[in-house]
Amino acid sequence: MLHLALFLIFGVIAVVGAINLIAQTHPINSALSLVVVMGSLAAEYLLLGAEFLGAIQVIVYAGAIMVLFVFTIMLLNAGAEEQTRGSKVAIIIGIPGMVIGSVAVAWALIRAHTGAEVPVGSLYGSAQGIGHLLFRDFLLPFEITSVLILIAIMGAVVLARRES
Amino acid sequence: MPANYVPIFIFIAIIAVALPVTLLAAKLIRPDNPQKTKAMPYECGVDPIGDARARYTVRFYIIAILFVVFDVETIFLFPWAVQYKALGLFGLAEMLVFLAILIVGYVWVWKKGALEWI
Amino acid sequence: MIPSTDYIRLLPELILIVFGLLVMLIEPLLGEHNNRKGLGAIALMGAVLSILASFYQTGYEGAAFFDMIHVDTFSIFFHVLIGLIAAVVILASFEYLNLQQIRYGEYYGLILLSSVGMMLMSSAVELVLIFIALEISSIGTYILAGFRRNAPISIESSMKYFLLGSFATAFFLYGVALMFGATGSTSVYTIATTLAQGATPLAYVGIALMFVGLGFKVASAPFHIWTPDVYEGAPAPVVAFMSTGPKAAAFAVLLRVLFATEAPGWFWLIWASAVLSMTLGNIGALVQNNVKRLLAYSSIAQAGYILVAFAAAKDIGISAVIFYAAAYAAMNVGAFAVASHLANVGEKYVTLDDYAGLGRRAPGLAAVLTIFMLSLIGIPVTGGFLAKFYVFQAAMQSHLTGLVIIGVINSAVAAYYYLRVIVYMYMREPQRDVPVLKMPFALGVSLAACLAATIYLGVLPGRILDYAMASARVLVR
Repeated sequence: MLHLALFLIFGVIAVVGAINLIAQTHPINSALSLVVVMGSLAAEYLLLGAEFLGAIQVIVYAGAIMVLFVFTIMLLNAGAEEQTRGSKVAIIIGIPGMVIGSVAVAWALIRAHTGAEVPVGSLYGSAQGIGHLLFRDFLLPFEITSVLILIAIMGAVVLARRES
Repeated sequence: MPANYVPIFIFIAIIAVALPVTLLAAKLIRPDNPQKTKAMPYECGVDPIGDARARYTVRFYIIAILFVVFDVETIFLFPWAVQYKALGLFGLAEMLVFLAILIVGYVWVWKKGALEWI
Repeated sequence: MIPSTDYIRLLPELILIVFGLLVMLIEPLLGEHNNRKGLGAIALMGAVLSILASFYQTGYEGAAFFDMIHVDTFSIFFHVLIGLIAAVVILASFEYLNLQQIRYGEYYGLILLSSVGMMLMSSAVELVLIFIALEISSIGTYILAGFRRNAPISIESSMKYFLLGSFATAFFLYGVALMFGATGSTSVYTIATTLAQGATPLAYVGIALMFVGLGFKVASAPFHIWTPDVYEGAPAPVVAFMSTGPKAAAFAVLLRVLFATEAPGWFWLIWASAVLSMTLGNIGALVQNNVKRLLAYSSIAQAGYILVAFAAAKDIGISAVIFYAAAYAAMNVGAFAVASHLANVGEKYVTLDDYAGLGRRAPGLAAVLTIFMLSLIGIPVTGGFLAKFYVFQAAMQSHLTGLVIIGVINSAVAAYYYLRVIVYMYMREPQRDVPVLKMPFALGVSLAACLAATIYLGVLPGRILDYAMASARVLVR
């Protein structure tokens, strides 16, 4: 019961944070809303028994990625958002589109509910469980991820470095 | 397992209540007479010059993104470390391959001079 | 422990990774002002070796790395195709990089590493691996698009490609997540067995979202908006690479996801996207004056033709897709290689007016470009003709008369703008003085390869077609 209540509370916080993220006009406010979203998502993962994922969420997203966001905002010295005619059109088309999309997904998710239940925490959620999966069945994706990270490093340095 | 984390959520709940309450209490209790000098940003006693919101150099960005990238890399060490015994020599080899590829990236970044503050 | 045959099944990718790393390690040791041809040669060697390794794989078909990848005729075909594209593009880049003063050897490393992603996309049978491979190939191309660093248009191209591309991959990932929710697995074959027992609405949503992501990567309408801007700004050899390699790989993934899982309910999705891509692509191309933009719209239309073959179900359709992917790669890489040579320093000469009178100033180059254009139209004796023929034949056999009629009308419309390029080259007087550089050896070799492949596919399609058919059978089983 406490579980469900906490899950719902953090779910609501995440959604409200996400809406606030879009509604705010200044990028810094949006970035801080994103922290709220990331944090409450981490709590959701934790409540679902995905401890490792929850920890990563905090370390990588709420920590490192947010630092990057803030740096980028400082780098661009971005001011408040400007409303153009294009952005109004985007709002008019985007909001109904989003509502239709989420209703469709929600409907599909409800229909997919078969009544079979998985107890919370029974899946591979701990660091050990992830390690077990990562270094056996998912060995190749894991190793290939290093190539992905490598490409990301190259991209950052090649594109952002000052030419001498 | 998640039951172990319930105390943390209780802490969060306490903070969520305590924080607004203290702020509100402070606002009610403290004397309130703002002046121009008091509202000025404090820069070691010298009058501030210009706006603090200047554009920052792109070097910060490179450092930040390299931090993120290597941060993600270290995350992958955790699940391996806690399973070290069970994974054995094979797991060690896998991790070394993973790290070797990224160390090439590190050497490249270093040699490229991207870590220097030119 | 992993059996050693598993490594053979991953050999082409391993070779590319090793050579990619080699390029990265050598690059900083070269002085700031040396040219990077040596690195190009190393990269070329890597690409050629990986093609050879793919051929070597024929004796070692099967699953590897805990059922993550499947080496079969299908994957070998795409491995060879992607390897060839990479090799030809590397050859075509030697001169280009010198000319544009791009002194980053990472260029070659990125081509090799993103080819790793594309190759894995064609052999992966696990959605998680497909996603990571997709990201590798996409991020590599995002970066390559921005390599003309002092041209704002190139940076804009890279930025647009990156933002919209990430958005599309997010759709794909969401689709994968919902698919996992619907079937409890991310392995293509497990999904197939689960879906065979009846699909929930969730599976339909998952398929649709995955199609959105992949539809973006192949530049099919209505997810094509980015194409002209990105192709216009990106360096021409890079466009040759990213308009064929990632596209072929994404089509391979689409084939696996749709046919191997026997996913439900995608027919009308593909149908609508095919019609839209053909029509919007061709109409858009009619009014273009910039050759790179024209080819961008043409590539949207070509994606539409390929999707027609998707709608024409099962083995003949699949083999038509595979054949088309090969023919398209040959003619498109060739066309962009010519464009990159003519573009000159700073990509100044890219409009149709600059091509005026090319037939007299550089008859050889004009003739070669003419052949690629004729192939793109679908004139007999070229690969483009047979590719289109097989696609429409497959559609006819599946009684998709409406789709065939729309496709044929579109081909007729398309002939107009391809012929326009030829007309400009042979029948217009040049407006301004456009210098044509001497043809360097490496570019000559790569053009000859594209030309040979285009003609070969048009004259002797038998072997490739048989192979495509065999691959199709492997896929549908």
